Parts: sequence; structure tokens; C-alpha cells
Amino acid sequence: MRNHFRRNIATAAVAALTALGLAVGGTQAAEPIKIGSFLAVTGGASFLGDPEMKTLEMYVEKINESGGVLGRPVTLIAYDSATDAKKALTFVKRLIEQDQVDIIVGGTTTGETMAVIKEVEAAGMPFISLAGAGVIIDPVKKWVFKTPHTDRLAVDKVFRDMTARNLAKVGLFSGAGGFDQSCRKNALELAPTMGIEIVADETHGKGDTDMTPQLTKIKNTEGVEALLYCGFGAPTSIVAKNYKQLGMTIPHYQTHGSASAKFIEGAEGAAEGVRLPAAALLVVDQLSDDHPQKAVASAYKEAYEGRFKDSISTFGGHAYDGLYLAVEAIERAGSTDKEAVRAEIEKTDKFIGVDGIFTMSPEDHMGLDHDSFVMVEVENGTWKLLE
Amino acid sequence: MTGFWQPRVGGLLTLALIIAVLPVFLPNAFYFDVVILIGINATICVGLNLLIGYAGQISLGHAGFFGLGAYASAVLTDSAGWPPLLSLLVGAIAIGALAFIVAEPILKLKGHYLAMGTLGLGIIISIALNQEVTITGGPDGMPVATFSVLGWRISDERTWYWIVGGLLLVSTWLTLNLIDSPVGRALRSVHGSEVAAAVTGVDVTRYKVLVFVVSAVLASLSGSLFAHYSGFITPAEAGFGHSIELVTMVVLGGMASTFGAIVGAAILTALPQLLTAFHDFEMLAFGAILMGTMIFMRKGLVPSLIELVKRVRAER
Amino acid sequence: MVAELLQFLFSGVTVGATYALVGLGFAIIYNASQVINFAQGEFVMIAGMSTVTLLNAGIPMPVAILIAVAITIAAGLLLEKLAIEPARDASVVTLIIITIGASIFLRGAAELIWGRGFHSMPAFSGSDPIIIGGAAMLPQSLWVAGATIVIIAVMRWFFTRTLLGKAMLATSYNPLVARLMGINTRFILSLSFGMAAMLGGIAGILIAPISLTYPEVGVMLGLKGFCAAILGGLGNPMGAIAGGLIVGISEALTAGYVSSAYKDAVAFVIILVVLVVMPNGLFGIRGTERV
Repeated sequence: MRNHFRRNIATAAVAALTALGLAVGGTQAAEPIKIGSFLAVTGGASFLGDPEMKTLEMYVEKINESGGVLGRPVTLIAYDSATDAKKALTFVKRLIEQDQVDIIVGGTTTGETMAVIKEVEAAGMPFISLAGAGVIIDPVKKWVFKTPHTDRLAVDKVFRDMTARNLAKVGLFSGAGGFDQSCRKNALELAPTMGIEIVADETHGKGDTDMTPQLTKIKNTEGVEALLYCGFGAPTSIVAKNYKQLGMTIPHYQTHGSASAKFIEGAEGAAEGVRLPAAALLVVDQLSDDHPQKAVASAYKEAYEGRFKDSISTFGGHAYDGLYLAVEAIERAGSTDKEAVRAEIEKTDKFIGVDGIFTMSPEDHMGLDHDSFVMVEVENGTWKLLE
Repeated sequence: MTGFWQPRVGGLLTLALIIAVLPVFLPNAFYFDVVILIGINATICVGLNLLIGYAGQISLGHAGFFGLGAYASAVLTDSAGWPPLLSLLVGAIAIGALAFIVAEPILKLKGHYLAMGTLGLGIIISIALNQEVTITGGPDGMPVATFSVLGWRISDERTWYWIVGGLLLVSTWLTLNLIDSPVGRALRSVHGSEVAAAVTGVDVTRYKVLVFVVSAVLASLSGSLFAHYSGFITPAEAGFGHSIELVTMVVLGGMASTFGAIVGAAILTALPQLLTAFHDFEMLAFGAILMGTMIFMRKGLVPSLIELVKRVRAER
Repeated sequence: MVAELLQFLFSGVTVGATYALVGLGFAIIYNASQVINFAQGEFVMIAGMSTVTLLNAGIPMPVAILIAVAITIAAGLLLEKLAIEPARDASVVTLIIITIGASIFLRGAAELIWGRGFHSMPAFSGSDPIIIGGAAMLPQSLWVAGATIVIIAVMRWFFTRTLLGKAMLATSYNPLVARLMGINTRFILSLSFGMAAMLGGIAGILIAPISLTYPEVGVMLGLKGFCAAILGGLGNPMGAIAGGLIVGISEALTAGYVSSAYKDAVAFVIILVVLVVMPNGLFGIRGTERV
């Protein structure tokens, strides 16, 4: 990221000089660039939205400390959409009509994102979503981009790992939220194409405190060879504990929703051996020094953990990528002209982010490759990079 | 002419005037959006107030009817390819029928047991909407087609403003008439004392069922319109949190006051937009405002303010 | 097969006991004030979060638990003094909305104080499962069940053998007469909130090692506790206990034998059916309505 910043500063300096030259004639030299955002800081997906908000706030501050973008300060206008699609839509109208932002980076959940697409498309507002589902960018929408790996990619990664270990019969277990059910849906769809058979399909409710009945059912399912849990937050740890309580031995997989040190802490030892797909960010210390993402990811980890005294999760990284994709596109466009910025986001070429390396095109508005996920396993209370 | 200047009629005229003039003061689509949402919530609350305020029957599950109406419109237009207006009407009739079927056993319950019964009903609806992924798209929600009548497509906020405003005005007018009719008097007697009402020959159950169905149909209509207006819905619309929000609107504005329900809907819909300035203190402030208002204005905003005005006048 | 059933029952009893303790809080407050306290779940959360914070500060577990329960009781008393007492003569629905405001307020405060993440708490006596008849149970479940039995016993003794308990019961039957008999009903009201907060707090601390704890943890527990109290018959403390266990066990059995996706829905259907057949809950007093 140091590189990244240096480049920022350089462009900022150039831009500042140009702006200075123009300022003699104009008065708008320091008009701020407005980045709008709406995130699920509270409500069901606060586990995702909270680190996203913290990340945006911290990095906008940093960008301003290093001279802003195009010599202009950056203002972040962010609202808490409280995991509610209705609120998200109202806030997006507010960002577009009232605050007149230049670009929107936000939308923690798929529901909140899908609810606003019609509006941003109609308004011609560049929008980088931080939500998981593939439907957001498939089919491609002119003004809509997204940073995180699709949920499908995560499930794909898990199934590949299972296949490599000769595990074919999977007990699927998922929570009730949007993230959980999207993962479940993808698992059910992908399984037949990858030679995997879903032999059990169980769900738990919101706020459940004990999942042993569902796990017992999976454990007693004829021929089950592996467990895949789709969910995030406290239930990830509860599932790991209940798995241990029941003395289950089949390989245990979870998703990137569990990719946070909190999962291991909460499981109190029961997370040992759990495998999951995660962004490289999670195991940044174990990446070789020539790994392209190492510098960016370790700088992010250091900054976030230093500032908030809280362990990083995959989700804050989505916000980092979204913000810098936007900032770099604005720099390349040389203005905040919406069409120009949109075109530049689409031309993003080998942008090194926390989630992976982005190369966008008119056909691909996410631009992440399959290799951006790594498989990790919990070992001795920490993450171990597999492969 | 004297009847014309009854406070109720005056109130209706005031409401019509506000709806007619308000657009002049709304600078952009965001303000229109907030006002449209107020109108939708107000329509539900006017019906719910009939149930809570006049018949004295609490419902903690009304968002279920709202959600069902929204999904009826979404699914029928999307999967079955029906025209929006037909879907909306079929949805409203079906939900009215559902409300009719469940009303009798549920309304036998009293007080908090009724609250529990309606709460359970709402939660069952919400769980079904969440779980039937193939029909509803699950927790991630589903898109809804643009509303159109005879080829006229309605997508801009201004047109929606007039539709929602019109619906609110009509529902308010119907509600006020219902309250002033013999049905309304029967209802109030039910609220006062069910036993006394029954003894004097009022068919208590029939009136309670009637009001329950009317309020469910209004919630369903609002849900359908909301679905088409926003173009996207999630099962959260049918959730427990939304049900509580609706009851809170009615009580905050003032029970047994139709205009109170509208004021309550307006305040609680607009408040989150005003509280964004508090950032992390948003929830804290919202909770505190809710408690403060109810402690100091126990009867709700509108009745308390009317009382205040009367007292000031009397002192003069 | 038997092992499976046993496993479901273990889960149902553990979860049901938590519902029962929360439900008991609903019943006690209802008895003293006819109010349904929707902030009951927040007591569960406050106690769990406080204990975790105190443990992290290096305070030994028993002391941390005592302080956390004290904090929760204080929260309950403050709620009663600042929000319920001033609106004493308001209608019941108004009071309910006040408690809803309080629950939002308390969650907002918790997010500010403790952040939005989740925290774990070590189990009281380790997490090595105990195997009984082929089913595995966590030692913490024994703590939950044991503590619930002790609380039931204490509550029974309190309500039937002590003057204060009898005064509380008298107040619930007829507040006016109770006042005429020289019972300080205002004090009874404070006491009921303190006791309800204590019960919620104990439930929160007992369940925290199993469920983990986070600002939203009380939302669903509060709702289920309300179900328990209603199912058992509002105002009947022992009914709330039975109601909690029935809800918990039926959830576990539904998840195990019928459909985990509709687990919560089935629990609500059971409650609806029971209410339609017995409109005053399972053990409610079929009293005559005052005209």
C-alpha cells in the first residue's frame, strides 16, 4: 500500500499544481469530492457493516491527510441503512438528490444493494457495491460494480477442496440471514455440477443459541462425509462448539463469513481443523514476500488493528477496495464527471486490493480472479494457509 | 352546513389541503420519497388505529399483512405475469379472506394473549417468506415490476406521490365515516366494555372481525403499492420489527385519533432521516425520544396537544 | 434412536430453561404492573456483556458475576424509576411502547459501550461434554438446568412463605385493595423490576458461554421469553417456567424430527393452537372479566 500511497501523493501533487494554475481564474479549486455510502452498521448484518464503516472513515481521513484526490479534499457522507432494503433506497435517493455525491461506495447486503440498483441506474451514478451475490453484476448493469468475491466463488472453492480430499456427500447447514441463504442457494446449485451430493440441508433461526439438534441430524445422516456451514457472526462459533460437543469427526467447512479472529476466540478451541475460504488478508503474514497482495493487505491489517484495537475481518477489506477503486478511477478520469469515472472504473487494470487483483471490463464488473480466495485451516488457535 | 365544520370534516379538508400543497415545498426526489413512505405507513396506521384505538384490539403482526400484500403483487406480476392492478386487487381480496379466516379464533383472545396471537401470526408469515426461496427469493428479496395501468407506466416519485396521497385521503375518509357510523359507535362500546356491549345487543365478534379485516386489507394495499413503488422488496417488510414500528406509530400519534395515527407515521418515518446527524448515537436518541414522548404525552401527540390547546383556551 | 431423542431433549431443556428464566421476569413485572416489559431481553444482554468485560479486566469469575448481576439490577431499577414510574397512570399500551423505547435505548447504549462485535465467555466448568445414553451434554447445560431449579425453589418460597412475596401476589390480584391493606405498591413495582432484571441477568450469564454475547442477543431471547410467559398463562410464574420448557423442547424436537427451517414457525403454531383452545394459556387464571 505504501506504493499505492506514494502514487496517490504524486498524482495529488500534480493535480494540486494544475488546480493552483486553474485557481487563478476559477474559484472551485478546493470543492470537495463527495463519496456517498450506505452501510448496514446496525441490524442483522452489523457484523459486516461495522468494519466497512470503520474502514471507510479511516481511509478517507488518511486520503485527506495526504492531500486529497485531484488536490481536492474528500468528504465521506455515510448513512446507516440498518440492514433494511427500504432504508437503503431512501438513503440512496438522499445521497443522489440531496447530498449530490460524486460516487457511491456501499451496500453491505445483497438485499440493500439490489433495492437501489434501479435508482442508481436511472440517475447515472457510479456505484460500487460491497455485497456478495452474483446477481448484482450478472447480468452487467452499466453503473454498478462490486468488490467482494461472489458467494458462489466461496462455495466453489470449498467444493474443490472437498473433491481434492475425496469428500462427496455433504451435510449443509445454514443460518437464516441473507448471506447465509445466498451461500446455501449457491451450494445447492453448484453441487450437482461438481460431483457433490447434498445429503442433508438444515437451517437455524435468527438468534438461536444451540444448534445441536440440526447437527445431530446431520451427524446421523447416512453416508455424510463433510459438513459445510454457511453463516457469520456468533453462530459460526456456536456451530463449532456444538460440533465438538457432539463428538463429530467429519471434516468441517465454513465460509468467509467466519473469516475473523472472533470466530476462533468464540469457539474456544472448538474451531481447530475447520477449513474455510478467505481473502489473502487473513493470512497475510504467511504470504511469501513476492505475493502481489502482501504489501497492500499487511498495511491494511496494521492500520485497522492499530486504530480500532479489533481484529480484521474479510468485510472491512471490501470497503477498502471499493474506496480505492473509486479514488483511482477519479484520479485517472481527472474529474468527477460521472460518465468518465464510470468508464475508468470499468477500465480498472490489475488494481491490487485487499480482496485480490481486480481487472474489470465491460463484461465483468467485479474483475476478481478465482485465485483471490485462499483456503485456510484453523491450527493452534490461528489461521494456517493451505496449498 | 354545521356538519361540514365538524372537526372531523375540517381535519379531512386540512389533510387534503396539506397533500395538495406539500409538493411545492419538496425540493427533490429524496423528499418525495420520505413523504411517500409516510403516506404508505400512514395508510396502514389509519387502519391499524381502527383496530387498536377504537376496537381496543392490539395487533403485533400487521407487518405480516403488509408483507403478504407486497409479495402478492411481486409474485403475481413477476411469475404469473398478471397486470399490476389485478395483482394488487387479488392480493387484497386474498389477504382480506385470510384475515377473515384467522380473525374469529384470534380475536377471541384478550389483551396480551391477543398480542401474542397476532405476533405469532406475523412471525409465521415472515418465516414463510424467508424460507420459500424459490417463490420469494429468500432473505435477499426480489425485484418488482414497474406499476402500470392500461399501458401507463408509473415510475417517477411525483406520480407516486399523488397515488399514495389519494389512497391515504380515501382511507382516512372511509375510516372517519366508519367511526361516525353505527358500526363505529358499536366499536367504541366494544373498547369500553365488551361485556356491556354484548349485553346491550352489539354483535361484538362481528364488529371486531370487520375491523380486523379492514385493517388487514389496508395494510395489504399499502404493501402492494410499496412493492411497486420501491421496485424491490425483502421479507424484512413482514418482520416483527416492522410490526412493532407500526404499533408505535399509532400509539405515539395518539390512539383513537385517526389524524394522530397519520402524525405518528409521519414522525417515526422522518425521524431516522433527521437523526443521521447523531451518527453512533442514533439508536440511543431514537429510544430516548420514544420514551420521552410517551412519558410526557401519555395519550399520544395529537390528543395531548388538543388537550393542551383546550386548556389554554379555557384559561383565557 | 434413543440417543438422538435424548440429544434433542438436552438441547430443548437447556434452551427452554433460558426462555423460562426470561419468561419468569415477564410474569413478575406483569403481576406488579400489568406491563409487558419488552426490554426484558436487554437485561440478558447487559449481564452477559458486563460479565465478559469484567472477566477481561482480570476480575475472578464469581466476583464478576455478582457485579454483573448488580449492574443489571441497577439497570432494571433505573428503568422503573426513570421511565415507568413517571408514566404510572398511563394506559398499558403506552407503557409497552415505553419499554420498547427502553429496549432500543439500551441496545444503542450497549453498542456504544461494547461495540457491535460478539464476545465469548468461558464455561463455568470446562467444555468437555458429558456423555449420557449416547447423547452429549455440556457441563454448562447442567449449570443452566441446576440454576433454574434453584431459582424455581427460591421463587416458590418467596411467593408463598415471605411477607414480601405475599404482598407482591396481593398487589397483582388487586392493587387498590393491596394499597388499602397498607402494602407499599410503589415499592412492590420497583422490586418487581429489580427481580425481573436479576432473573434476566442470571439467564444471560448462564447462557453466555453457550450462546456467546452481543448487543442483539436479547432480542430473540426476549421474544421467546414473552412466548413462554404467555403460553404458561400470564402472571403465573410457574406457568412461565413450564411455558419456557415447552417452547424450548418443541423447538428442538421440530428441528430434529420435522423441519429445521420451520422450527420457529412450528413453535408459534403450537402457541397459537394452545391459545385458541385455552385462551388464558396453559395455567392462566380463568378469571371473570371485570365489567
